Amino acid sequence: MTGKVVTVTSGKGGVGKTTATANLGAALAASGSKVVCLDADIGLRNLDVVLGLENRIVYDLVDVIEGRCRLRQALIRDKRLPELFLIPAAQTRDKSAISPSDMVRLCHELREEHDWILIDSPAGIERGFRNAIAPADIALVVTNPEVSAVRDADRIIGLIEAEEKGPARLVINRIRPNMVRRGEMLSPEDVLELLAVELIGMIPEDENIITSTNRGTPLVLDGKSRAGQAFRNIARRLNGEVVPFMDLNEESFFGRITRFIRPGGK
Amino acid sequence: MSNFIDRLLGRDQRSARQAKERMKLVLIHDRTDLTPGALESLKDELIAVISRYIEIDPNAVDIQVSHEGREQRLIADIPLSSARRKKLG
Repeated sequence: MTGKVVTVTSGKGGVGKTTATANLGAALAASGSKVVCLDADIGLRNLDVVLGLENRIVYDLVDVIEGRCRLRQALIRDKRLPELFLIPAAQTRDKSAISPSDMVRLCHELREEHDWILIDSPAGIERGFRNAIAPADIALVVTNPEVSAVRDADRIIGLIEAEEKGPARLVINRIRPNMVRRGEMLSPEDVLELLAVELIGMIPEDENIITSTNRGTPLVLDGKSRAGQAFRNIARRLNGEVVPFMDLNEESFFGRITRFIRPGGK
Repeated sequence: MSNFIDRLLGRDQRSARQAKERMKLVLIHDRTDLTPGALESLKDELIAVISRYIEIDPNAVDIQVSHEGREQRLIADIPLSSARRKKLG
């Protein structure tokens, strides 16, 4: 088995890297692949809580790199999805505890027994990013339709190309179709034109992300939500399937009722 | 309705459009590491050099960074003034 390494990155913090990593990992595992999610945000770990696995941590990434445990011991198996594993980041160390070549070696080993290795990159363009991108076969850049996130995404896309890990593939997260319709939010087309990269997914803003994160249950495991569907579509595209992009303008039943009651509202 | 009136009066200042226009410029400068000020002095020096060889109208020179996909290109449009030739002819 030779697994693929997907690094999820963004430049700017808070755009949804960890949420995307958790949901893509769960979606790929739910479709039968063997998946490891690796938290590369040493010192600021969060993938464990988003996946709901925080109480099961014994060893972490730095323990593996420094040889305090075997790789197998640091892999936490998700009980809901037996094909999904997590390697948590260390919380009491910093990014300099590991190097890009450590990551390449570790992923080389992980590739042998897993189909997918998803790396949750820290924000920023320094050491943490370099660690996360070093072993990548595929680089996903997450952005939001707002100026600071787009600008940082452009910067990170340039660095990915410079590291010869490109072409980066773009995930536009937290789109609010109502605001796009009113001309008060950059549309996905605007963002794509500015960044000039290939799109792999568009995720609508969805309150369910917050509630599922509260519970530590990835949203893709819930069949109904729009954001969950959008993440499942990205997972299928990673698997080489051609999946048409969701029509974000398609309103929910509730949205139509609200508009009927309050014409012109929202 | 107010949006409609704004558009009729040519006051379409919807924020997404502003964001896009601003980002176009910011990204060009980020990618080339060329500030608007640096571009301006590049233009001045270019005009000075070219003027040593041929006569040009400094006000007609247009220099900008254009992009196709993620590739940047510096485009200079420098009309040659034909005043002298006309006089001679």
